[in-house]
Amino acid sequence: MFEESALNARNKKIQLLWRTLFLVMTLLLILPVLVILGTLIAKGGSVISMEFLFTYPTDGMTAGGIFPALFGTVWLVSLALLISVPLGVAAAIYLSEYAGENWFSRLINLAIINLAGVPSIVHALFGVGAFVVFFGFGTSILAASLTLAIMTLPVVIVATKESLDAVPLAFREACWNMGATRWQTIRKVVLPNAISGILTGVILEVSRTTGETAPIMFTGAAFFLPFLPESVFDQTMAMSLHLFVVATQVPGVPDALPYGVALVLVSMVLIMNSISIGFRVYLRGQKKW
Amino acid sequence: MVTMATAQSIPESPASDSESTGASEPRRLSETTPAKLAVKDLTISYAGTPALSDVSLDVREHEIFGIIGPANAGKTSFLKCLNLMNTFTAGMEVEGQILFNGLDTHRLKNVYALRSRIGVVFPLPVGLPLTIYENVALSPRLRGVKNKADLDVVVERCLTRAALWDEVKDRLNSLGSLLSGGQQQRLTIARALSQEPELLMLDEFSIAVDPVTTMRIEEVLMELRSEMTIILVTNLVQQARRLADRTAFFLEGKCVEIGETGALFEGNVQDQRTSDYIEGKFG
Amino acid sequence: METRAQNQSLAAEFDRRNMDWYMDKLVQVLVFMGGISAIVFIIGIFAFVTMEGAGFLFDGFSFREFFLSEYWEPSDEDDPEYGILALIAGTASVTGLAMVVAIPFSLGAAIFIGEFATGRTREFLKVLVELLAAIPSVVWGFIGLSIMNPLIIELFDVPVGLTVLNAGIILGLMAAPIMTSIAEDALKAVPDRYREAAEALGATRWEVIFKTVIPAAKNGLLGAVLLGVGRGFGETMAVLMATGHSVNIPGSLFDSVRALTATIAAELGETAVGSEHYQVLFTIGIFLFVITFIINLTADLIVRGVKNQ
Repeated sequence: MFEESALNARNKKIQLLWRTLFLVMTLLLILPVLVILGTLIAKGGSVISMEFLFTYPTDGMTAGGIFPALFGTVWLVSLALLISVPLGVAAAIYLSEYAGENWFSRLINLAIINLAGVPSIVHALFGVGAFVVFFGFGTSILAASLTLAIMTLPVVIVATKESLDAVPLAFREACWNMGATRWQTIRKVVLPNAISGILTGVILEVSRTTGETAPIMFTGAAFFLPFLPESVFDQTMAMSLHLFVVATQVPGVPDALPYGVALVLVSMVLIMNSISIGFRVYLRGQKKW
Repeated sequence: MVTMATAQSIPESPASDSESTGASEPRRLSETTPAKLAVKDLTISYAGTPALSDVSLDVREHEIFGIIGPANAGKTSFLKCLNLMNTFTAGMEVEGQILFNGLDTHRLKNVYALRSRIGVVFPLPVGLPLTIYENVALSPRLRGVKNKADLDVVVERCLTRAALWDEVKDRLNSLGSLLSGGQQQRLTIARALSQEPELLMLDEFSIAVDPVTTMRIEEVLMELRSEMTIILVTNLVQQARRLADRTAFFLEGKCVEIGETGALFEGNVQDQRTSDYIEGKFG
Repeated sequence: METRAQNQSLAAEFDRRNMDWYMDKLVQVLVFMGGISAIVFIIGIFAFVTMEGAGFLFDGFSFREFFLSEYWEPSDEDDPEYGILALIAGTASVTGLAMVVAIPFSLGAAIFIGEFATGRTREFLKVLVELLAAIPSVVWGFIGLSIMNPLIIELFDVPVGLTVLNAGIILGLMAAPIMTSIAEDALKAVPDRYREAAEALGATRWEVIFKTVIPAAKNGLLGAVLLGVGRGFGETMAVLMATGHSVNIPGSLFDSVRALTATIAAELGETAVGSEHYQVLFTIGIFLFVITFIINLTADLIVRGVKNQ
């Protein structure tokens, strides 16, 4: 009896040791980010103001605001969404509702995985080769948004497919048995119950698209433009590229400016991610069946 | 043209039909009731593994046709074929002929129209994640009924007939999928009734339902017989005895025997296994 | 007779394709097009990148020079040389260090989140890891440039902080969150009955983890590592900004290097469409595409193998 409890005590100690070790590893993974965010806020926070957000850069981009970059990012992301969301939702509906488990759906899945895994710079090369040169869109919002759309397509597909798959098969079967076509079933029962999950994925995609830099560098984003784009065939500034430019390309930039730009960009991305996560947690609480 | 051709395949006289199904058909259809459903040499397999073989039977208009038998007898697969749900099931192969109102169902151009006339109630209740009202209004809506007043009438009528109206009339806008099991099963029946079905198929509906609700549903079924044909698959032998006009006994993928329910339960059987099963010697 | 008439009208109903029937077919065609779009795009990417690089790839391309020369001198007007060996070394050293950083931490974090943490702690950590994965690569690059760079110079007393060490740590931090969540999925995929069985035999918690859970999840964990490698290999902005961007086969962690991806990003803007330099950059693109394709394919096969067990 006594011996066993001694053994137990020893085991408990080892257990605690391992537990602590893994906890420390987890914290070491997370800690740098908190430090980084703290630094961004400490060094860049002073720059942020309404004026910073809503005026043009001045003095060879060493002063002034970031308005054209913000505006351009909104353009790029909106157009990219307009292309990728319908396409991605359609693809997910096909995979989840129509395609069986066969070689063809596996092939599509493989394509999706690779679309997500191909380096962003290769997407940029594709954008240049296909949209800028071959289709003759030139370096334009259209070419950049198309490139972004294709690159982030997997995000929409995966999120949509997941939320479609979460709707139990029994609901579909009940509908089919009533004489509903597949599409009627999808429209009346499956989509209404998956739409919030799809929305979560779309917000996530917005966040991803906002931060991408390489794919738009050569397809439509400009270092500096003294005016706002007027059509999808114009170039535009963008937040992500603007950070790259003020951090590396422009001499004589005051220290705080790139920190301010980085802080705005990170905030945009993290706020959208948090909304997406919050939305997901809220949905998990809503029991519908 | 096609319509003509299929119409011609309606059997001129039911008697000639039962002749063609031969010796496996122990009882003749009565001259006066036409066959609602005629199944000929039906064989079902899943990816090569047979589930049901060579079943031939007729279901008459306005009868409750019971199907009894132990698990894995092929009862559910049989139902699935009748409304062509096999097209939604990967790997399910079906051979043989199924005539609904004399129409060869495999030749129909619009299986959805056929399914909309066949109501199905599953072993486990399925309340769709829509409001109770929308659950029942779904089928009429799919058929194109848009008028709210018309839908109201259908919803109230179907819920009343399924013995659920009194319990839910004050909360028609709450989710149907959150009702209790017994309520969901009656909701499923109300939904099936909203299809105004020619044929109602119930697959072991009482599995997830308490005895009181079961008795209430059984009463509903007896009333419905005057309006539609009912196929009742049940694992409860006594339920078949209470409700069915005729009963078929399925065993290990074969239809062993079909007969008037009364006769079967009096021991008037052709195959010893039927009476063994009815008496509870196995299953 | 009455039934007969009724049956005939039913027959007509069943044999008529209505709006809903055609609508269903139309949607089926549309979503099918959505489904094949992914295949079309991946083929399109390969085709267009190859097309743009074709001029060099099929004329003037020498395997020896391309892969084995360490001289990357595209702007030499008389005799430009396109050897990517040093660039490969740059990418490999940075990715290698990133994995050294990321593998222990992400697996450790995955084990803590998946096996030790419970309830709210667990959810909270998962959310943090997810947010970590969301930080854009250009921001990571900026962090390497403006936070890590002075830090490394000061800590190690070296002249330059934009080095393999800098980019490796940045890339490790970038890859870790993704690896953590995939690894955690792999641990979660191990059925609880394995754990219960081991515990019933008297194994302690860490014995359960090391002797039962990790061996059972090893393919998934391997997949997670491979995807991390793929991510590091293809990363562009962060390595462009944090490596120092000088063509060099590194001898130590404190050497500056240049990565394949960063080279394209830095030089594509300066080249004329259709020039030899332009074509060479696309040829590097083909190389990157093929390598990441193989990595992703392998990772997928391994992870899928786990799911099918």
